[in-house]
Amino acid sequence: MKRLALFIALLGTTPLAAQTVAITHAKLVIGDGSAPVDDGTVVIAGGRVTAAGRGVAVPAGAKVIDAEGKWVSPGLVAGFTRMGVVEVDGVRETNDAGAGQSDFSAALDISLAVNPRATPIAVSRAEGITRAVVAPDTGKTIFGGQGAIIDLGADPQAVMVPRAFQFVEFGESAAATAGGSRPAAFAMFRNALLEAKAFVGKPQTGGRVTDGMLTKLDAAALAPMVAGRVPMLVHVERAADIVQVLDLTREFPALKLVLVGATEAWMVAPQIAAARVPVLASALADLPSSFEALAATQSNIGRLAAAGVTVGIGMINDDEARQARLIKQYAGNLVALTRVPGASGLDWGHAFATISSGPARALGLDGEIGSLRAGRRGDVVIWDGDPLELSSAPLLVMIDGVEQPLATRPTKLRDRYAVPQEGALPKAYER
Amino acid sequence: MKHLWMTACAALALVGCAQTPPVKSASATRPSGPAKPSLDHDPYPSTYRAYPGVPTLVTNVTIYDGEGGRIERGSVLFSEGKIVALGQDVAAPAGVTTIDGTGKWVTPGVIDIHSHLGDYPSPGVQALSDGNEATGAVRAEVWAEHSVWPQDPGFSRALTNGGVTTLQILPGSANLFGGRGVTLKNVYARTAQGMKFPGAPYSLKMACGENPKRVYGSKGQMPQTRMGNMAVDRQTWIEASDYKRKWDAYEKKVADGTAKPSDQPGRNLRNETLMGVLNGEITVQNHCYRADEMAQVIDMAKEFGYKVTAFHHAVEAYKIADLLKANGICAAVWADWYGFKMESYDAVTENLPLLQKAGACAMIHSDDANGIQRLNQEVAKTLADGRRMGIVIPDEVAWTWLAINPAKAMGIADRTGSLKPGKMADVVLWNGNPLSVYTRPDKVWIDGALLYDAADPKRRPVSDFELGQPGEGDVK
Repeated sequence: MKRLALFIALLGTTPLAAQTVAITHAKLVIGDGSAPVDDGTVVIAGGRVTAAGRGVAVPAGAKVIDAEGKWVSPGLVAGFTRMGVVEVDGVRETNDAGAGQSDFSAALDISLAVNPRATPIAVSRAEGITRAVVAPDTGKTIFGGQGAIIDLGADPQAVMVPRAFQFVEFGESAAATAGGSRPAAFAMFRNALLEAKAFVGKPQTGGRVTDGMLTKLDAAALAPMVAGRVPMLVHVERAADIVQVLDLTREFPALKLVLVGATEAWMVAPQIAAARVPVLASALADLPSSFEALAATQSNIGRLAAAGVTVGIGMINDDEARQARLIKQYAGNLVALTRVPGASGLDWGHAFATISSGPARALGLDGEIGSLRAGRRGDVVIWDGDPLELSSAPLLVMIDGVEQPLATRPTKLRDRYAVPQEGALPKAYER
Repeated sequence: MKHLWMTACAALALVGCAQTPPVKSASATRPSGPAKPSLDHDPYPSTYRAYPGVPTLVTNVTIYDGEGGRIERGSVLFSEGKIVALGQDVAAPAGVTTIDGTGKWVTPGVIDIHSHLGDYPSPGVQALSDGNEATGAVRAEVWAEHSVWPQDPGFSRALTNGGVTTLQILPGSANLFGGRGVTLKNVYARTAQGMKFPGAPYSLKMACGENPKRVYGSKGQMPQTRMGNMAVDRQTWIEASDYKRKWDAYEKKVADGTAKPSDQPGRNLRNETLMGVLNGEITVQNHCYRADEMAQVIDMAKEFGYKVTAFHHAVEAYKIADLLKANGICAAVWADWYGFKMESYDAVTENLPLLQKAGACAMIHSDDANGIQRLNQEVAKTLADGRRMGIVIPDEVAWTWLAINPAKAMGIADRTGSLKPGKMADVVLWNGNPLSVYTRPDKVWIDGALLYDAADPKRRPVSDFELGQPGEGDVK
């Protein structure tokens, strides 16, 4: 890997986790929405950021990496994915995103399917993504199950937070699942939550809740969501549906809502802001791809942010199992919108935050990930250029202070066929 | 990105994959009257007319001419719908409208060789899903233009965000023979004919691999395997060759003056298109992912005497870049799609640069209503990945992947695809470096008519479908 050559010599052979590392002379991105600063330093010790900014002292004994003016940022947080649970979408055996035939729904725990060796994890890691929100897809009900937060480290332990949230569908998709209409979806939702509340403290095994529709495991899994101990990520697109979802807190006041997709959210931005509900929005959806997305515009995120909504980029129905790397391009496009008359975009710092601290904050994890503020996990990327620019790529990726490999199956294929003709032996002997 | 092969399959499941019997002789009628020398090759003619423009001179811009050339601090002059001149010293004719483009770029309009706009329009509801006649593995008889809904809101996004001025609409890939493709100017019209690129050759869409064998194999029909794919393909070409022989014999009699009206062979829509391929009049746009399958198709084309114009998707083209070059076949590819099905598992993001390095004809394509809005960005990504592995291709050369190369593969390179004097004035003024993520089209002209202006909401098309809907006329 050519791009690693610069740093390998500096890092030596000692695992970075065991070291205190200071990256100096960085064009430093904190990730909290602030603008990048020149000549910054970030210090990582014990797997966490201990300091970052201009004028930060290098601790005695720290391994120093001189970034020579290059961009240094927190590792990126992919706000909504199905990463690590799918290897090849169309190969059913490798696809654990949803369980359309299962009698269980809310109880399904996606963390059990996460494969740290999945190709999309390695590919995304090499593109600077270090954490991802992983959501199950829905099957027979509007409840997909319990989502996870993962790290993308090249180690056997990927799950950072299991059962971090419940994933729920509303709108067209939920209407179909629930029996054919939006009211059916809301009835299914209310019924499930009422059953879950009534079921708290009862035995959790064996079939369905007495006289109810939920399995006992599903009821038990919904309890933390009803109590507001975990967020409820809701996929919803139409402005009118968003308003209805916000209203759910009247009956279930503890719910911690996070909207996903939310193509028409800009039309009801003040209501969302007033409800203090964060949004993991599709960034560039601008087509009326369905009748619940008629008002789609790339200005959605910019308008939400202007209204004071906490916003991150999420990818739903957008190759979310494999293409989390596109969040950089999406964030860059939000900056581009600031130069289009009539459009609403974000300045660079806030655009970057939609793929770092924004999604972390939406999940209540901004104390742990998504920025280089002191105390956060040591997820750091050194880039060969502006991280939002199409031509840029990571030179070094650290997760929890550990330097990560950047070679992937695709880069190995690329190298094998740099010259397409066979040499002295078949291609199968070249690696 | 929503993968249409999945959409098509889901749609089929919804309607229970109902079967209609294959059309044996769609119009096997014997003509009467005097012997006609040949078939009508253009029964649905283009009614496209260029909109009026004003003589325009764009100055102080960086120009990529679309054929690999670059001019710094240059000017482009166009008038009467045609490129007149470009260079560093272009005199301003009297009365010309001059636009100072300082800090901006000018390129030829983006050309997408693989789109389904109009056939799989927005909204993506079943009632508008007209992209794939997936009722039989061989459906060469259908024509994509007969599905094109000219009110697809997607055309406007491709124009305003993507700078797309010309696009080829292809049928979907569930069939081995998907039907005829059509080339459109990206100008809204009341009819599909009103968008048709005048005089552009037709194309035949073919598909290899997983889609045909899955769609029909799952119904217990042939093909169920890749060898089944090839067998159905070959048998189809055998029948088309027989058809062509009959017509060739008839045409010879017509030329000799010995033809009687009763000599005219019966018409068959399917074979008319295939005969057009065998006669070299219709290009072949072949969806094919795997290197080994492309090699099989290359031999099949030789067996039956036709030419594959371009392999589409071609995610493994980089493995056989030399073979493609030797056979003069283009590859139309994505920058970074991978892993959505087994045959896309070996995708690399350096496909385009590797093809270019090998001297093969290469281009970007979208196959997607979102991707078509960012083909310049797709090129920028793959270009950078190529440079990182040591393949240094200049920006202006990479622009051929969006311009002259697709124009060549669509048979329209003599009319558009580059900023050469006399060609159509299909021009994009970008508000910065078009290979930067921070750049968008500022103005787009098609045949010299200003059809998008970022600063003028009245130069922003709104399709019938979006009229009166939430967000009508919004920036998109």
